[in-house]
Amino acid sequence: MATSDQTAMGTSDKTPATEIGHTPEKTPWPLWEVFVRSSRGLSHVHAGSLHAPDAEMAVRNARDLYTRRNEGVSLWVVPASSIIASDPDAKGEFFESPKGKDYRHATYYKKSEGVKHL
Amino acid sequence: MSGESATRITPGNALRPEDVAERVAGGIKVGEDVGEYALRLGDDALILAQRLGWWISRAPELEEDVALGNIALDLLGHARSFLTYAGSAWGKSEDDLAYWRGEAEFRSCFLVEQPNGDFGKTIARQLVFSIFQHELYSRLIDSADETIAAISAKALKEVDYHRDHAIQWTIRLGDGTEESKLRIQAGLDSVWPYVAELFQDDELIERLDGVAARPSEMREPFDALVAQVLDEAGLELPDVQPAMTGGRSGKHSEHLGYILAEMQVIAREHPGATW
Repeated sequence: MATSDQTAMGTSDKTPATEIGHTPEKTPWPLWEVFVRSSRGLSHVHAGSLHAPDAEMAVRNARDLYTRRNEGVSLWVVPASSIIASDPDAKGEFFESPKGKDYRHATYYKKSEGVKHL
Repeated sequence: MSGESATRITPGNALRPEDVAERVAGGIKVGEDVGEYALRLGDDALILAQRLGWWISRAPELEEDVALGNIALDLLGHARSFLTYAGSAWGKSEDDLAYWRGEAEFRSCFLVEQPNGDFGKTIARQLVFSIFQHELYSRLIDSADETIAAISAKALKEVDYHRDHAIQWTIRLGDGTEESKLRIQAGLDSVWPYVAELFQDDELIERLDGVAARPSEMREPFDALVAQVLDEAGLELPDVQPAMTGGRSGKHSEHLGYILAEMQVIAREHPGATW
């Protein structure tokens, strides 16, 4: 129908890829960690990660990837590089110390006589 | 609905295509003019959904596959509702209309038929269409036709996001690398001849005063927002002549036939099949 006009209008099917420059080497988008709050009163919980070119797009991608089934009312994204993690080789120093220290749990203590509402 | 599932399913008050089907089954019948108008709304959404679906597995990043896929599915939802409603004018179902009409019976505009091109061209087409559709649905929520108003109210929130997605990407591509700027500008230049068609009034619009949104009234706010986005993105407003169009009366570009062939082939090879 309007075929000939379209060609005259310079809207041929050639994609710019064949006309414009070359595809520059692709640098991967940075990684972001996503935290979703599922409802008021709860805290944000780590949901996963994603790639995005910048913070604003990261929030949008998080909306598409992690809240598409009505999972949340609020989102945080954090650059993965900003997260300081504990050293997996230092498990002993970090996490074994509480073992055997039962007195740090409330259940360790016996209820005193005469105390109500515990 | 029980609270057993780990994923809470809370559709809320959103009007689903199934609700429209229920209304229609309940005896709502639309006149042919309203049906014809609903076809225009539904066909634009359907054809663009089909176009955008192509991007799944082909977008620049996995995250964009999902973003464009979500937008396509939103549009498919609008199409299902509008086509279900339109069909009640002629006793046809959404599937009858989607799978069993020929090219000349479709009422979609030329813009949504345009090839995806590269990511820049797809974003350019998204920018134009989502801004137009946002203006359209913002008006249709006050339509004298209750069903059109209700479908539009649900769709408007989704298009709000489509528009934001397109604007964000237009700014990033325009303000990105030399290459990305060339590509988004080329994309804008190639879709611009199809902008004028979106804002043409015709006799049907005149007859549906109060029900339909008047396209010509939407041009000014459309131009204002586009100018603002292009300015921020450092892009030029294309200076091109409008193409010859006629989608609303069933004239289409050479692309629609191929889109329909792909979209309709399964339903036509296996009539009545369900899945």
